[in-house]
This record gives sequence, C-alpha cells and structure tokens, in this order.
Amino acid sequence: MPDEGSFFQRDRSWHPPAFTPQYKTSVLRSPRYPLLSLDNTISEITGPRFGHSRIGPLDNDLIRNYAKAGDPIGQRIVVHGRVLDENARPVAGTLLEFWQANAGGRYRHKKEAYVAALDPNFGGCGRTVTDEEGRYWFRTVKPGAYPWPNGVNDWRPAHIHFSVFGHAFAQRLITQMYFEGDPMIWQCPIVSTITDRSAIEQLVAALDRNATLPMDALAYKFDIVLRGRRSTPFESRPEGN
Amino acid sequence: MVQKLDALKESASQTAGPYVHIGLTPNWADIGGVYSEDLGRTMVDPRATGERIVVKGSIFDGSGTPLKDALIEIWQADASGLHNSPLEKRGEADPHFTGWGRQPTDGVSGEYRFETIKPGRVPHKGGRLMAPHITFWIVARGINIGLHTRMYFADEEAANAECPVLARIEHKTRIPTLMARRAEENGSAVYTFDIRLQGEGETIFFDV
Ligand SMILES: [Fe+3]
Repeated sequence: MPDEGSFFQRDRSWHPPAFTPQYKTSVLRSPRYPLLSLDNTISEITGPRFGHSRIGPLDNDLIRNYAKAGDPIGQRIVVHGRVLDENARPVAGTLLEFWQANAGGRYRHKKEAYVAALDPNFGGCGRTVTDEEGRYWFRTVKPGAYPWPNGVNDWRPAHIHFSVFGHAFAQRLITQMYFEGDPMIWQCPIVSTITDRSAIEQLVAALDRNATLPMDALAYKFDIVLRGRRSTPFESRPEGN
Repeated sequence: MVQKLDALKESASQTAGPYVHIGLTPNWADIGGVYSEDLGRTMVDPRATGERIVVKGSIFDGSGTPLKDALIEIWQADASGLHNSPLEKRGEADPHFTGWGRQPTDGVSGEYRFETIKPGRVPHKGGRLMAPHITFWIVARGINIGLHTRMYFADEEAANAECPVLARIEHKTRIPTLMARRAEENGSAVYTFDIRLQGEGETIFFDV
C-alpha cells in the first residue's frame, strides 16, 4: 500500500545541519531555534505532479537544448539512475531538474565571477520525468571544477545540482551529484557540511561503462533516494495531542 | 551483530547554491529558449474559483539583510480546502488552480511575490480543521537543507484560535512569526509575509 501513510522521520544527523561555519554563508542563514516537529498532515503528504506532457523532446539533452551553432565543448556524458524511496520502491512519474557549470566550470549566470569562458552552445539546465520503474536519463557534458568565494582559495569539485519532487511536498529535495574518483570531493567545504562519510559516498555517481553511448558519451549512474512512507493508512491513525 | 534493516537512507541534501535559478527559473535567469515558461510562475487560471490574493514579502538573514538569491516554493489547498494532487483522497480539487508556485526573491529588492487564491481549511488527522495556511519551502545559497514553514492569515482569528497545529506551539510568543498581514492595494488583497532566518523574530520552521 504505497502512498498511504505518513513519512518516516527525516534523519537530521544524516543531512547537513543548518549551521556549518566552514561554509561561511550558512552562518547568518541558519535558524538558531530547533525545528518544530510537525506530524504530517494532508498539506505535507500531498504534492504537485508534473506529467510527461510538459516535457519537451530536448529537455533531457543539455548538449542540444541551448546549442545555436554546434555542440558544446567538453566530455560528453550520460547521467542515469533511479529515484527510489526509503522502502526501495521506485518513485515513478516524478520531475527531476538539474543544472550545472559548463566544461570549463563556468555558469551562465550574471552573478558568476569566474574568468573561465562561457560556452555559447551550453545553457546548463535540463529536466526529465521518471518512468514507471523510477528510471531517468539525460545527456550533457561533464562540468568543470570552479573556484568560489568562501576561503581565499576554495574550489568546488565537479558536480551537477539536482532538484527532485517525489509525490509529496514532504519529499521535496535538492542535492548535488559528484563524480567517482574526484579527489576534490574530500576538500570541499560544502560537501563537508555532511558529516557522515557514507552519506557523502551516496552522492558520488559511479562510472558506468555498460551505459555508455559508444563513440558518443561516457556514462555515470546516480540513484536518488527520497523519504519513504509507512504502510498504515494515514486516516486510520488515532488523533494525538 | 544483528540483521540489517532493509531500509535505504534518504539522499543527503546539499545547498541549492547561488545559481539555483539556472535550473529552476531559467527564463528569469536570462536563459531563454529552453523552456517556454518557468515552472510555477502561474498558479491561477482565470476560471479558478476563490478570492484572488497576492502574497509578498522578504527573507531576512541574521544581520537583517534581505536575501536576493533565494527561491521559494509554495504549496496550498484550493478555495474549498482540496489539493491539486493525485494523493488528495477527499475529492477533486479545482482543475483551474495548481496549488503550487515557485518564485525567486528579486535580485535588487529581495522581495518575492505570488499571485494565488486564498486557501480553504484542511483537516488535521482526526478531522479537526486547521486554519487556512500556505506551506513555504525556502532554498538558497547558505541553506544546507530546504526550510519548511507555514504562512497563516492574521485576519482569520477564529480559525487560527482553533487550529490544532498552532495550538501545539509551546512558545506562543513565536506564533506571530507565521502570520501574514492583510492590506488592500489597488482594490485587491495583498498579504505580507516576511521570513526571518535568524535573530529577533526568527520564523518558526518545521521538521515535517
Ligand atoms: Fe554549483
């Protein structure tokens, strides 16, 4: 009986805490009071759903969805995987949105200050909807590492940002995908806001030779896990308080 | 040793970063031609029922500075208290109202603005009605995991007084941080809901 009960409590020790001084911007943007526990109500166990009909044919191809005169520069890659819940059930029909820097580590954004070149054929955003088995797939170029203002010489490892809806607003999640074998993962103040090493490793995509597009693109596999639900129907729970 | 549990762990959150708009509101971020319209920009179809309202405000950091790079999503019931979601089991929500909106805070002023409708009341478990409210989810550079809060309507005094969620808040002095004030602008209702991440008047955030 999926999609019936309330969600398992979020493991806040697995997620980064709000206040992480090594990531300086978090210092003034972190609540100081404890979060107030809210038993799921209908407002949290429902959520918006976006159908395949909304998705354009190039939305999951960052190599083509912005290009005007030829392909973007960079290592062509496929990113694929599944969206599952904590019960290991596929999350079907959920919208994934992703954004990233170009192969040189430069974002197409007016506040970006890195000197690396913009790529006229790369926008840096894409989206897709998972299929019945929770699978997704998109094509892009591998993003470069980039420097950012935090310490005087802090660099982000190559990464792709992911936004996932799930089926309920309580599952809403934004995270980042890193690349297998990148030593910079272990030097990053943002990665290290997560204190559990296995929680970080869960965000590192594996090189997947079986999913490559021969003579076209390398492949990385990145599974995403969203919160799971109890199997007991929500309505039958006795009222607390 | 004991047997391992089968449960997977939720993927850990990471900050949306300063360039969240590239992915979530690309047209607003001057990346045109990829999507026809930014998702969540329009919530209300002209045929939707209910009172049209504007919800606006700012998000302040611990120094009192408004965030100019944040992104807010809201989620709410329609005028009759139903959600436009396949998981809404109590009835069919108004098909002309999405219930979900997404807006950036302005890059110069820091203000956000949603054009929506006033939500109806939604039952808590056990059936007692909650006061009308809008769920907010806030992400930005420096926010490591999205912040959930709720906006309530200050002029709904009777409903607020019997809301089971508000009733559970131990520190009653903090309840006003969840209340939006109503005003009229050019003949339409505008609710102002400012969010304070830290410091005096810190908004109540929920672990949902
Ligand atoms: Fe980034």
